[in-house]
Parts: sequence; C-alpha cells; structure tokens
Amino acid sequence: MAALFTADQQKKFDEEIAKHLARFPEGRKAAAILPGLHIVQDLLGWIPTEAMELVAKACESTPERVGEVASFYTMYFREPKGKLLVEVCTNISCSLRGAETLIRHMEEKLGIHMGETTEDGLITLREFECLGACGNAPVVQVNSRFHMDMTLKKADQLIEDLRKQGEKKS
Amino acid sequence: MSQFERILTKDWFKPASHTYAGYKANGGYEALPMALKMQPAEIIEQIKISNLRGRGGAGFPTGMKWSFVPKDSPKPKYLCINADESEPGTFKDRLVLEQDPHSLMEGIAIASYALGVHTCYIYIRGEYLEQAEILEKAIAECYEAGIFGKSVLDSGWALDVYVHRGAGAYICGEETALLESLEGKKGWPRLKPPFPAVVGLFGSPTVVNNVETINTVPSIIKMGAEKWAAVGTAKSGGTRLVCVSGHVKKPGVYEIPMTLSFDDLIHKEEWCGGIPGGRKVKAVIPGGSSAPVLHHSEIGVAAEYEALKAIDNMAGSGAVVVMDDSTCMVRALWRISKFYAEESCGQCTPCREGTTWMERILRKIEEGQGEMKDLDLLTSVANAIAPYPPIGLGTTICALGDAAALPVHSFVTKFREEFEQHINEHRCPFPHPFGVLADEGVRA
Repeated sequence: MAALFTADQQKKFDEEIAKHLARFPEGRKAAAILPGLHIVQDLLGWIPTEAMELVAKACESTPERVGEVASFYTMYFREPKGKLLVEVCTNISCSLRGAETLIRHMEEKLGIHMGETTEDGLITLREFECLGACGNAPVVQVNSRFHMDMTLKKADQLIEDLRKQGEKKS
Repeated sequence: MSQFERILTKDWFKPASHTYAGYKANGGYEALPMALKMQPAEIIEQIKISNLRGRGGAGFPTGMKWSFVPKDSPKPKYLCINADESEPGTFKDRLVLEQDPHSLMEGIAIASYALGVHTCYIYIRGEYLEQAEILEKAIAECYEAGIFGKSVLDSGWALDVYVHRGAGAYICGEETALLESLEGKKGWPRLKPPFPAVVGLFGSPTVVNNVETINTVPSIIKMGAEKWAAVGTAKSGGTRLVCVSGHVKKPGVYEIPMTLSFDDLIHKEEWCGGIPGGRKVKAVIPGGSSAPVLHHSEIGVAAEYEALKAIDNMAGSGAVVVMDDSTCMVRALWRISKFYAEESCGQCTPCREGTTWMERILRKIEEGQGEMKDLDLLTSVANAIAPYPPIGLGTTICALGDAAALPVHSFVTKFREEFEQHINEHRCPFPHPFGVLADEGVRA
C-alpha cells in the first residue's frame, strides 16, 4: 500500500498536530482529535481509515474513538469528495428567500444532484444546514468561504468561476 | 425611548474596527486595566448588578453563572467561549467576530481574571473558517500587546487563549455537548447536575459563555454596572443584538433597546423598514427556530426575555425570522423539523425517534397526502418529546428535544387552518410556498 502522506505532508501534519497537542493538559491529548481530522482533510481532501489510526496515535487515543468522531460530524468526509465543496444552505431563512429554486438551478447547471460529485471530480454539491448568514440569504459556501445574497445570475457566475479554477489546477 | 444610543455596535463597519489598533483608537482596552484593579469577587458582583443575561439562548443571568464556580477547587478552571453559532436564523456572533473581535478578547481577559482562569478555549463552529482566522489574528495581536500571555498587562496574571474549531454539529452549541466535543468526542450532551461550573472541561470547573455575552463585558465595566442595568428593563440589563432575516426590506444585525417590539423592529424605517412588495406579516419566529412561532397578532410584544416568557415564548438567540403572507406555514414547519431530525444527536429516544416522525408527517401533509388524524399524531409525538405550554417540560437530556417540539406545537395551534386546508385539498395551496430569488421574477 502506498504511504498515506508524502514526506512534505507528513511534516506538515506533525507540525500542525503538535501545536494543538500543546494546548491540552497531560492525559487529555484526545482533545486534539477534531483538529487532527481537520488537518488530515486539509491535506488529503478526505479522511481515509489509515489516517484515523494516525490521528489516534498522535492523540493517545484509539482508532475506534477517532472513527466515531469522524462519523459524527458532518464536515468530515470518509470518502473522496470533489476538490471544491459547494454547500447550499436550505434552512428556514434561506428557503424563505428562494434557496429551493437555487438548488434546482445549480443541480441543473452542474448536471448532478445534491450529494453528488461532478464526473471530473471537481465539484461536490450538497445541501447544508444553517450557515449563519441568514441576513444575506440565500447563502452558499465553497470550501468554507461564504458567497452571500445569491441569485440565479450569481450562481451561474460562481459555477463558471469554479470551473475556471478547476482548469487552472489540473 | 426617543434617543437610543448604540453601545455594543457603535464602532461596527468602521475601517479597521477588527484590529487591535482600531479597537484601541475607538476606546477599547480601557476596561481591562480598570478590572485588574478590582478584586475578582467585585467584578462578579458588578456583572450580577448589571443584569446581564446569557445571549446564547437560555438567557441565564451571567453573574450568577460565574458565582457558581467553586473558589476553593484545587483543579484548574476553564473559560470556554461558545462561538458554535448554529441556531437557524442566528448570525449575530459571526458579525461580532468580524467587526469587533477585540471586545471579545478584552472580555475574555476580564472574565478569566474574575473567574481565576488561566486557559480559555474559543469553540467556533467549523463552518466559520474565515471567522476563525480573524480570531487567530486578534489573539496573536493580544499576545503581542501583552493582553494575553505570561502576565496580563503586567499584572502577573497568566492567560492563554486558543481557537478550537468544531466540525459541523448543531448540538455542540449546547454547553455540555460543546465540552464533550472540545474533549475530542462526539457531541453528546451530559446529564446535569453536575453543572459545568463544578464539573466541566476535563472534569474541572468551567464557565461556558456565548460570544455576545463576553463581548458585552468590557462595556459594562467601562460604563459601570448600574448604568448598564439602567439601560435595560428590571431583569434584563443593557441592550441586545438581534438578527433579522426572512421577508424584511433590510435584514441584518441590530442592536436594540430591550423595550422595542417586534412590530416596530420589523416595520419602522430606522430598523428593518417593513416587508417587501407591500405584503403583510403572517408570522415571526422571535428567538431562533427553537422558539415557538408568533402569530402576527402577537408581534406587539417586546423583544425581551421577560416579556416573551410571559406569553410562553423565549428570546432565545435573538434570531428573528419574518414570514410574510405568501409563506406556507406547513412548508416552513416541515423545513424546521427536517433540521431537528438531521441534528438530533441520537442519545435520547423521544428526540431521536420523534424528530424523524415529525419530519415525515409534515412532509406527507405538505405533499397533499395528509389525513386529519395526522395532526393528532403530530401533536402526540411532540408531546412525547416536550409538552407545551410552558417551555421546559422536555423529557430529554438536553433542550434540543424541546427545541424540536416547540415549533410543532405552536405552528399547528396558531395556524391550524392551513394544515387542515392542505389535508382537505390534498395539495399545498400556495403558488410559492417559500419566497423566490431576487432575480427569479415577481412573487405571485
């Protein structure tokens, strides 16, 4: 099996997790499990099972406990997702301002349904619960960055921009 | 109140209001040296006198919460800032973090000194990535300026402050679930007692306070607790932040006097400026989706803890969601119920099973497949989680159960004719059950 991380990624992981571990008292290092999983996901885009073992070891915990945490929180992906994660809030305030129409429009534009990833592996689209920007509804987040006061036109522009971003990366 | 002066938001949207230099130029960091000259017990007394109430949702008196921390415990004490803002409709704390992170920092320093805390964790929801970055910067500036570190403003008081990101779970805004999450576990709320003030983070005495609550502390110390209390009503001191969303002309965060009614907040030009398209208010959620809905005939009530409590409602997290007369109340309730079904942590049976049942029944009614007996079933499921009124009769470990049941009880009681119409006509009678996008065309 190929190594989980490249040498650079391993170094980054070790540095970052050490910072978090230092924030907690002796015997309480499991507190760094959530940050540890964030670090893995930032590096790999998702969290493979082997990475959970790595986090468990660093945090003086067990893979079972890390697995339980990884499955409880919605931001952690236990299978590969698109490079760009597009999340559309459909909670009450966004829905009152047309989020349902926005989703249908974005699904059509991207040719995928909520929860799916485009064939080129660039964009994963999913519904999300209240993102905390209700005064600028409807809102979309791309990799945890806000896009507010969305309209059909803005959605078209956003998708175009994301595709361009994808071309540059590949 | 003819002349209302903003206290908490007076410097918002000024350039550099989020930087150390900007905050200091606007009179920031004047309260901390004042506090450091006081005895810790004096500060707690001041917060009690101020009638400051927790801004996270429960509205518990902050000074009293602080006074529950045992003075003689040999264990370290912790302060946790709850920045897990996830109550649907709530976005005030995000604005506080973006516009005024240093008053939170100053509040943390004052509270930590008062409580005997040397370590503070700011637990911020994972989705607030940009806001976490703003906090990291503000914290770095504070270490640089000697606000945090080995000796707070050379007082000899050591204080470390860390940002800790959540990872997507509404339940972690509940203070004991937050502590579990901070300890690196899934966010399952703890049975109380013991309360966090006695057994909190890592088994140590811990105070968990909302962002806005701590953000308010420097203003109280600076202007004096009596003066702060006098700005508010008898039991709720000062001003508060509300976040208005939904069908209003000017949605956003507003700092309001405690006496302001929802009616004025929604319709007056100096506040939200009314409803777009000349429409009328049908319903208002007064304190986040967990609060019982207000019928339009009730919106004369003040947006304040005691006034709302008197009508079996709650001020909650200050999230005011306005729904105009084009809104389908079945659709709105279904959407809210879907949220609780999604976010129930699964620990207590009435909530885990009940939230899913309520969502399914509501979807069935909205899709025109409902029967009259479904309304009784809906109420009976809600009753099994938490009967109402009054608020607080829940059968579950935490208040998420109550939060899921309260909208169901109130929507079905106050807008029963709409539910019956769906059932009788076998369809949703609204052309646009929810609003439409700004560029989607004129609302029908």
